[in-house]
Amino acid sequence: MNRSADRRSFLRVWVGGAAVLVLGWLQPLRALAGWNKAAFQAGNIEGAIRHAGVADATPSEDIVIKAPEIAENGAQVPIEIRSNIPGTDQILVFSDKNVQPYVGLFQFSNGAEPFISTRIKMGDTSTLRAVARAGGRYYVKTRDVKVTIGGCGT
Amino acid sequence: MTRPIRMRVRLEGDVAEIRALIDHPMETGLRKDARTGQLVPLHFIQNLTVSLDGKPVLETEWGQAMARNPYIQLRVHGAKADDEVTIEWVDNQGERGRASTRVPPPG
Repeated sequence: MNRSADRRSFLRVWVGGAAVLVLGWLQPLRALAGWNKAAFQAGNIEGAIRHAGVADATPSEDIVIKAPEIAENGAQVPIEIRSNIPGTDQILVFSDKNVQPYVGLFQFSNGAEPFISTRIKMGDTSTLRAVARAGGRYYVKTRDVKVTIGGCGT
Repeated sequence: MTRPIRMRVRLEGDVAEIRALIDHPMETGLRKDARTGQLVPLHFIQNLTVSLDGKPVLETEWGQAMARNPYIQLRVHGAKADDEVTIEWVDNQGERGRASTRVPPPG
């Protein structure tokens, strides 16, 4: 490659990078609005589900939780949650015995299946609680996970 | 500081399977630094959004119990090759991350 071609390719990369940067600035994070502070900071499961607004959830077998029976490492517990309840638009996750039990909210739209696969921290052997919202109503399914080494102080 | 986001997208029919690994310490505020003995300050992603073709498909609110270097997998119907997949996040210290990729052809 000769020197001017070298310079052109350098410029191309640089200008491309600058364009991406500018676009990044012009497009603020959309929709990243809410964060339910009261629910996340609640120090017990009753408070967490009350503040999350899901205290009256109906037990349902149409929520499927995949999680290990025994999690060796509480810092990385793989979980998979699917709701087969028609019209599900939200899944909320709680780990009852965590210092702060509310793990997170997942909201689905525009063709996304009510399904999430992720990894969470569990401080202790605990009930894992998945709540699904469908048609404005809440449904819940629980599953016990035995934790060998807790994952909140790691 | 830029924290990498690794994304893998697969198209099967009109379903895009999106997998992402987000580089982030997700500190609980309870961990002691082994060297200094001091607690490492709370530092975790609070909101993360995945968009397909400009429309949000997953919007989240997270606490510090999401694992370090968060992994997510989701499935989105109505996708087609070349649609743009974008992931954006913001954490409790105001740090932000963003990355995009394109849906590959089916196969």
